[in-house]
Amino acid sequence: MGPLVMGAVCYDPKVVTIWTGFRRWFVERGLPFDFVLYSNYERQVEDLVAGHIQAAWNSPLAWVRARRLASAHGLTARPLVMRDTDRDLTTVIVVRTDSAAEKPADLDGRTVATGAVDSPQATLIPLAGLAEFGAEVTVRRYDVGVGLHGDHISGERDAARALAAGEVDAACLLDASHLTFLREGTLRAGATRVIGQIGPYDHCNMTVVDTAPAALVDRFAELLLGMSYSDARLRPLLDLEGLHSWEAGRVTGYEVLEAAADRLGFYGPEGQILAADYRP
Amino acid sequence: MTERRLDLGGLGLDRGAHLLLRRTLEPLAPGDRLAVDGRAPALAVHLGAWCRAEGHRLESPAPGLAEPPVAVVVRGDRDDERWMTATRAGAPGDVVRRPPPEWGLAARGALVEAGGPEPMFDLDDRDLLWADVAPRLYAHAAARQWDPAMAIPWNEPFQVPDEVEAAVVQVMTYLTENEQAALIVPARFLGRIHPHFREVVQLLAVQVADEARHMEIFTRRALLRHDELGTSSAGGRASLFALVEETDFALASFLLSVLGEGSFVDLLAFLERHAPDPVTRRVAWLAMQDERRHVLFGVAHLAQHAKADPKVRDRLRAAIERRYDALRDTAGLNAEVFDSLVLLAAGGWSPEQIETGYARVQRLEADMDQGRRRRLERLGFPADEAEALSALHTRNFM
Ligand SMILES: [Fe+2]
Ligand SMILES: [Fe+2]
Repeated sequence: MGPLVMGAVCYDPKVVTIWTGFRRWFVERGLPFDFVLYSNYERQVEDLVAGHIQAAWNSPLAWVRARRLASAHGLTARPLVMRDTDRDLTTVIVVRTDSAAEKPADLDGRTVATGAVDSPQATLIPLAGLAEFGAEVTVRRYDVGVGLHGDHISGERDAARALAAGEVDAACLLDASHLTFLREGTLRAGATRVIGQIGPYDHCNMTVVDTAPAALVDRFAELLLGMSYSDARLRPLLDLEGLHSWEAGRVTGYEVLEAAADRLGFYGPEGQILAADYRP
Repeated sequence: MTERRLDLGGLGLDRGAHLLLRRTLEPLAPGDRLAVDGRAPALAVHLGAWCRAEGHRLESPAPGLAEPPVAVVVRGDRDDERWMTATRAGAPGDVVRRPPPEWGLAARGALVEAGGPEPMFDLDDRDLLWADVAPRLYAHAAARQWDPAMAIPWNEPFQVPDEVEAAVVQVMTYLTENEQAALIVPARFLGRIHPHFREVVQLLAVQVADEARHMEIFTRRALLRHDELGTSSAGGRASLFALVEETDFALASFLLSVLGEGSFVDLLAFLERHAPDPVTRRVAWLAMQDERRHVLFGVAHLAQHAKADPKVRDRLRAAIERRYDALRDTAGLNAEVFDSLVLLAAGGWSPEQIETGYARVQRLEADMDQGRRRRLERLGFPADEAEALSALHTRNFM
């Protein structure tokens, strides 16, 4: 039996450090493990469902597509584990303090800045949310790192800058990004106001398909879940990956994004890429 | 169940509220609940993001409360786990024999989180590096720093015959060359010494800075009246390179400080005594004060080293012999430097003056030899062996 091969998208050079470190950890504990890097999530998902890799460290949007694509092939995808820090995220809709808008519906007819076309937190979820609130908006999109599903914070930062500069009426940001932009000074204290919060929803997960060898997958999950933050060898890797503990995967946190992908016509029900202006 | 409550007032997480949260959560047990009040805009949103990143959990306040908090933080255990296996990097006043590499750059006595880099500081043995006098020597060195622009009477008028001035220029050229070597040698060891031996690092750092000033003042004296410097001989540079090339700390310190800088203290005293002008007298005196300290540390740590490991004397002996062999066929001291010293001490060209100057340089060489023998004996060499070894020291003085 060959090793369990996991895919990861290299949105940042640290991905190599993280998974090289984890790989050593797995191999020392008897799990034959290797990883391959992808430049974007779409190819990773396609390779997962095709069986070229047995696990994929997926963005939430990649999870949505993997689930649909697998199902269309008569397979079942499931989130094996996820980071504790990826549970219950929210998106905020932010305006300048002097704006007349009090709630998302007030943005009807206005211009709204978002992250990249494929950002769940800064584009898909908020745009679907605004549509649901009955606000028809003009979208000013900041496409940074297309194909990385919003892993790049730069698109959100550009959206926040556009809001501060008065170029747009509102910006859509991850809750944590709003705090970051305030702390770093991209947004001035007191200059913006949150008029809507959408969520909670879950973020990344480790996706597996039922064609993968069960024994390897079980051992993989066991080793991930057993990683302790008190272990001095693992902690730098966990810090780098931005988690404290791996938790069991759950499917319940993706309904908001599933609905958004449908409403905005991003993916089809069988995992087809429908968004015309999406070129990863 | 009674909940702890924290009122943040108008303070938001974008402006430091996390300090109050941390302080209040710290003494609680994992799973304990903290109700948070506050008026900062978007506080609930930011609390959610902050808790996620910090490993705490955020709950909405229970319904039906008369004065509900903004949210309830359920304490996680991330911070406890981080510091669970931390250890102290010794104690501030206690230098250990062999500090482990993982203490790395941590201050001596700091609480060190486990993990992280294990930098290679290959000079990590107290016996090799330490001298009990090091902290006091460092304090002394720091207190005695002087400003080259202010400490020397650069503009004081003086008259010196042209040829004596040329001799001063030659000697200053030679001194500068030696100072460059004296700077490089400790500088190259600095980055290899385990930071646990902080005072040794500090002392050597100041020593490097001392040499930088010496280079400056000797060059400046040389160029005070002349546009050109004197000569640099191949033999002199070969002798200095034998110093710079030594990669063993004990041996380099021995050759540089105990033998070389020790001899230099005598040379600088000679220059101060026979200087033809006030600027030369002052630069020699200032450099001599620093050099005394350099010699003191070299002798002190090598004496402690030799006490802990008597066999180190065999290596020191071999180092002198090796350098002697390597330099056997070189001229050693630049002949022009020797003659310049004679002329400088003579003060003029009459045969009587030259005879006096020559005798003074001979006495200088005898003083240097005496000093080296005295220091070798302090390191535990018997008198007859100290005499033999001193005779093998480079003719270049440094
Ligand atoms: Fe010096
Ligand atoms: Fe020196």
